[in-house]
Amino acid sequence: MTRFIERHPAWALIAIIAVAVLIWLVFAIWPPGLEQAIGRKRVFLNAVFNGITLGGLYFLVASGFTLIFGLMRNVNLAHGSLYLFGGYIGYAISAWTGSWILSFIVAFIAAALVGVILQIVVFRRMEGQDLRQTMVTIGLSIVFADLMLWVFGGDFYQIPTPSWLIGPVQMPLVTAVKSSGEPVYLQYPLVRLAIFAASCVIGIAMWLALNRTRIGMIVRAGVDDRDILAATGVRIQLVFVLVFALGAGLAGIAGVVGGTFQSLSPGEDTRFLLASLVVVIVGGMGSIPGAALGAVIIGLAEQLGSVYIPTYAIVVTFLIMVLVLALRPQGLLARR
Amino acid sequence: MLKGSVGLIALGSLLLSGTAFAQEKIKVGVTATLEGTYTVLGEDGIRGFQTALNTLGKKVGDKELEFVIASTDATPDSAVRAVRKLIEQDKVQILLSPLSGDEGIAVKNFAKTHPELTFINAASGAQETTYVDPAPNFFRYNMDGAQWQVGLGKYAYETKGYRKIATVGEDYSFIYTQVFGLVLEFCGAGGQVTNRQWVPLGTKDFASVIAALPDDVDAIYLGLGGADAVNFLNQYQQAGGKAHLMGGSIMIDQTILSSKGSAKNALIGTIAASGQADTWEDPAWQKFVKAYQDSFPPNKRFPSPSLLATNYYGSTMALILGLRQVNGDLSNNQAKLKEALAKIELDAPNGKIKLDSNRQAIGTNFVTEVVDDGKGALFSKVVKVIPNVNQTLGYDPAVFAKIGLPSRTVPECKKY
Repeated sequence: MTRFIERHPAWALIAIIAVAVLIWLVFAIWPPGLEQAIGRKRVFLNAVFNGITLGGLYFLVASGFTLIFGLMRNVNLAHGSLYLFGGYIGYAISAWTGSWILSFIVAFIAAALVGVILQIVVFRRMEGQDLRQTMVTIGLSIVFADLMLWVFGGDFYQIPTPSWLIGPVQMPLVTAVKSSGEPVYLQYPLVRLAIFAASCVIGIAMWLALNRTRIGMIVRAGVDDRDILAATGVRIQLVFVLVFALGAGLAGIAGVVGGTFQSLSPGEDTRFLLASLVVVIVGGMGSIPGAALGAVIIGLAEQLGSVYIPTYAIVVTFLIMVLVLALRPQGLLARR
Repeated sequence: MLKGSVGLIALGSLLLSGTAFAQEKIKVGVTATLEGTYTVLGEDGIRGFQTALNTLGKKVGDKELEFVIASTDATPDSAVRAVRKLIEQDKVQILLSPLSGDEGIAVKNFAKTHPELTFINAASGAQETTYVDPAPNFFRYNMDGAQWQVGLGKYAYETKGYRKIATVGEDYSFIYTQVFGLVLEFCGAGGQVTNRQWVPLGTKDFASVIAALPDDVDAIYLGLGGADAVNFLNQYQQAGGKAHLMGGSIMIDQTILSSKGSAKNALIGTIAASGQADTWEDPAWQKFVKAYQDSFPPNKRFPSPSLLATNYYGSTMALILGLRQVNGDLSNNQAKLKEALAKIELDAPNGKIKLDSNRQAIGTNFVTEVVDDGKGALFSKVVKVIPNVNQTLGYDPAVFAKIGLPSRTVPECKKY
């Protein structure tokens, strides 16, 4: 951090000013002139919160993707299928047992199992052959998409939100002051906050596991140099299977989350594959903090874009990707 | 050796039987949105199409109809690609296509490059398709989006007492046409439309759109369909939305009313208008509903046909009746068929349909209100039936032309 400020004082200043303006926009009561110029504060705050919570969902999908890439150099283009598969499994479990929490557990396990099979049956056979892996996973994603269309049909599925999470909560942020002087607080859907909190917990747990445990040490060593690690006697294939299972399981969990606050239908697989590709490209391939940063940036861009420049909202995401690729092709937080 | 000669004889007899029972076939290409946001709409459209075949049969004189179905995703290029494939690879002679608004405009323009073939619109409802520079070989037996909104504006203003409304709609031609019809009538009655929000087709995260809905209006009009509508409702429920709602023709439709989950309950009491009403008492409608229900097991269909099923049923019916009138004669660039199609008067399940000089349907429209049948299923209940709705919505054609074509901002909120 301090090194960055020393090396790029101008950029650092701009960043600090931007953060200060953002904090002021979130906490201050907007003067009438500003409300007239860019709309009500409630809309802005909602868009910011939505962007961050959507970023939480993107992070869940992209973190598994980036973890698998970082360790195994596998570009798993069937990752979106794992997302949709997890979502469908979660829907089936929640329809069958009525338990939302249980659907997460089962979706994680089911997606992780598919991941293990993928790793053992497909990736292990073509280790180090990037192009073949890419082609095979594209093929698999098409096959999976058709199989799921066959079983679940083209209908939309929504995993019912548990009753204790339905409805809005009051946030301690003032959006406006009524003429009587009474402050109006921001109302925000509870389920989105819960999901965001959960993805934070998962993100921090993953960071801790990678940086503070023995397994994490092995995985990090594997990211740096697989061959030397294997030479030291670590059973690298087992590590690969575990990491693949974790990454796939996270995609499965994300499917349940996506099915709860959006919906599941054919085509969602490619949408989330694309989203996680963009997130990972922006954040830096193979970096967990990069995936988090990329997810929040893309989430915010989508939501603020849909409110303030609705016609061009779709372009914004890709514009960011183009800018990152042009200025910092390795991604924002990638190590060299 | 023996094996070989047996095989040869078998092959020979197969070929012989082939020529002996050869029967002339008429090939028809059908497209539906079986991918993307409107998947469910496309699937039910195909159900309507199959119901029509079950009811009317596939025979035209001594010829047999053969169908090839192609999938699209509601984008104009996917529709043109599908239609081109059907014509060039499958050699179809007649097209039943497409389902969605933008697709309709593209296919109509494409139809001009094949003047020898006949195109029957399956379900698309953008105004421009038949109003601007219509193709002489393109026939539309369903009304357009604006015709499907007739009656809603007045009902909202006079009976419900709404004075100010805002609209949220998908950003493409069919919803422009729907909002066009609504705004024209609602503002004509004296109401105000304060805000029109447009979201891209295929939007998943509506939270910010919901937050930006104005609170100083009497009702919010939703012009959404398919997965977009379901996502919107789900997130609307999570955000604790409580406004009065009004719905477009594919919003208040079985494709949404029978979606899973409880979010759809926000629609109970919502007023809407469409080319059909689920609970209409008319015997022809009830007969169609029964035929639809009998054609598919309950878990493979909706409780009652959607607007798309009805439209596909109607257009398939027009095609088969037209072909029967000319006894399957497709000679001379299908001239006889085209002539017959232009004149046909259809006793469709959703009321009588005839075509105007642009080959656009004049039909019956329904104002509806969503009710719960007591068992958790939602239906649209008839409030008002309006017969003989034409494309200029009863306006003098010269006045209507001055309003302009439906778009994000047209028409202005005023009395024309």
